[in-house]
Amino acid sequence: MTLLPEIGHFSLWLALGVALVLSTLPMLGAAYGRTDWMALARPAAASLFALVLLAFGCLVASFLRDDFSVLYIASNSNSALPFQYKIAGVWGGHEGSLLLWVQMLCVWMVAVALFSRHLPQALLARILAVMGMISVGFLLFMLLTSNPFDRLFPTPPDGNDLNPLLQDPGMVSHPPMLYMGYVGFSVAFAFAIAALIGGTLDATWARWTRPWTTVAWMFLTIGIALGSAWAYYELGWGGWWFWDPVENASLMPWLVGTALIHSLAVTEKRGSFKSWTVLLAILAFSFSLLGTFLVRSGVLSSVHAFATDPRRGLFILVFLTVVIGASFALYAWRAPTVGLGARFALISRETTLLANNVLFLVAAGAVMLGTLYPLLLDALGLGKISVGPPYFDSVFMPLMAPTLFLMGVGPLARWKQAQVPDLARRLQWAAGCTVIAALLTGWLAGEIHVVATCGLLMAFWVFGSVGTDFWERVRPQGKGLAEVWRRFRQIPVALLGMMLAHVGVGVFCIGVVMVKTYEVERDVKMRVGESTTVRGYTFTFQGTRDLEGPNYSATRGTVAVARDTHAVTVLYPEKRIYRVQQNPMTNASINAGLTRDLYVSMGEPVDNDAWIIRVYVKPFVDWIWGGCLIMALGGLLAVLDRRYRRNKEVKA
Amino acid sequence: MKPRHKRLAIAAGALLVIGAAAALILNAFQSNLVFFYSPSQIATKEAPVGRTFRLGGLVVAGSLQRNGIAADFQVTDLAKTVPVHFEGILPDLFKEGKGVVAQGKLQDGVFMAREVLAKHDENYMPPEAALALKNAAAANAKTAATLVTGK
Repeated sequence: MTLLPEIGHFSLWLALGVALVLSTLPMLGAAYGRTDWMALARPAAASLFALVLLAFGCLVASFLRDDFSVLYIASNSNSALPFQYKIAGVWGGHEGSLLLWVQMLCVWMVAVALFSRHLPQALLARILAVMGMISVGFLLFMLLTSNPFDRLFPTPPDGNDLNPLLQDPGMVSHPPMLYMGYVGFSVAFAFAIAALIGGTLDATWARWTRPWTTVAWMFLTIGIALGSAWAYYELGWGGWWFWDPVENASLMPWLVGTALIHSLAVTEKRGSFKSWTVLLAILAFSFSLLGTFLVRSGVLSSVHAFATDPRRGLFILVFLTVVIGASFALYAWRAPTVGLGARFALISRETTLLANNVLFLVAAGAVMLGTLYPLLLDALGLGKISVGPPYFDSVFMPLMAPTLFLMGVGPLARWKQAQVPDLARRLQWAAGCTVIAALLTGWLAGEIHVVATCGLLMAFWVFGSVGTDFWERVRPQGKGLAEVWRRFRQIPVALLGMMLAHVGVGVFCIGVVMVKTYEVERDVKMRVGESTTVRGYTFTFQGTRDLEGPNYSATRGTVAVARDTHAVTVLYPEKRIYRVQQNPMTNASINAGLTRDLYVSMGEPVDNDAWIIRVYVKPFVDWIWGGCLIMALGGLLAVLDRRYRRNKEVKA
Repeated sequence: MKPRHKRLAIAAGALLVIGAAAALILNAFQSNLVFFYSPSQIATKEAPVGRTFRLGGLVVAGSLQRNGIAADFQVTDLAKTVPVHFEGILPDLFKEGKGVVAQGKLQDGVFMAREVLAKHDENYMPPEAALALKNAAAANAKTAATLVTGK
């Protein structure tokens, strides 16, 4: 027994106190012009961060010390659990993941306090106060309904172990990344609310908000990609996206966030869309909160839903209503004062970005309908229904096609006014190459498929257009290679970031289309020595043997893969039984490649010494996550742009 | 074009896009809603034939038969029982006597499952299965117990 959990618990209460101060005094100070009250904002944010970090550290230490007198640790850890999963166990359950949420909020808060010194004092005070208010809500939620430091008496000899599905490297990093993204939209939200209160909404505001939003978006992108990759190799079904409500909960803020970063671009460059951008900033964070509500309140039944306590759901629902209701009320009251921006013509970059915004919002709305409607019916006692992947698939395809088309046109269209003939002339080569490349890919893949060709057209269209954009910027005017290099250096980094992110979308799109169209899945019964051939790969089952892991026992199968009598690889799928929870788990074995993944997982033993084996050949599946990483990298480049830094130096 | 006309054109265009998208979404939504039925509802012919729906209940003990990659088992809500046919790998937590949810179509009195849903906790009862059991609670408890435990 140590006092660590008590220290952690106590520092959370202290943090609540500090958060209350942070959310009131600087706000009032900004309203009444009291500099001393406003000056409290930054030290308060820093101490809030320190206190929550202390609590977080106490929980981590207690996990590592196997302190099973703490209820949360007893239910989510075990003395035989490997070190890295004890760390992951900290956010493997409901209470701990809330603590992680608050911790991430504090990280963003302290980052804003550190990097925004050049902001007007009143604005910074208001921003930090708004973030303080959010942290009050979540600290209260944690302390009143889900305290991670609750003691358990009598102390059990050992813990109940972490859910075996979560014992995976992907799960160690997925929640922190996802939460950094989720919570990161609180910064844009706080900027928007502060600007609405202060009535100072202009291009400068957009320039300050932009890097924060892009970083949050970047983390969210990586977080979603990690979750998807985890589902692919860990759940053993070989799918990469299931349209599960929990996945949708993270996709909705991403869609709105994507709309937001594009709309911020217009606001910064042209001063248009101002009130629209503010609305999107509020919406993006509202969707983050909605996602938290969906995942944390127990309304969903899935691996993420831990809560069965109705008070938790009620608390988050009330909190959600207050935050969203108040910010929309504030918006309705103050937005008319924001004013309209610069005019623009019907054919212009502004219009393409507006269309992008509309399409992304419609997509988010469609996901929301499919996710919430079944829950709503269930809550009202009107029966149980479910909305499956076919709905989302049939909605997304027609929505994303025009989005991708515009993604090709938009960056080449001029601000304010563009000419269609000019655009058509500049993009003719891109269009020609797109058609040839799409047909060629279909031909190489074995058959030209109508829907797949549409998808490939869109992907190559994006590549073609980015290529055209790039070429127009570096094209030498008769001065050779040195000139190309010089002109390349002149391209702003942010623009390169945008190009890279768009290429990422194209890469992602190719992955999705190729997997959807050309993947082969086969469940076969195999005896030792039998083989099956899928897309030219021959899979031979060579038997099984038993194996002991640190906290599980496994049956490991051996499947040799050959192509045209050349051995390609040997795969070792496993069936594991985790000792504490006695749950069976399927561990797929994957041979990853640039153009295809070979995926084998074991079903169950049938008859004697035969197994049902699932064999997949998944073309280009890794491009899906590769595309996401490229998108995120593009976001990173965009943030590194000189103009954000230069601005700071000047103002400091 | 006058600015006012331009704004009207943009607004009309946006409305058109949103209207088309809404029509598309609602249409897809209508045709892809999956309803839930219990074995009792199937017995009273409430469940649709030829449309995908979800079936929930308990797997009858001793009813699972494997034939190659095909699996046949029975699902009960303790009042009525439905035979289920499935081809492929059953989820890890599929067990006789435990709750299950299957999605598929009814064909000649047999539920042809396209998908048997995996749930992540052995003690967890899928809400659909729990509901089916609750609704069929009027049935004879004794026969039910025999059916499930196989004793």
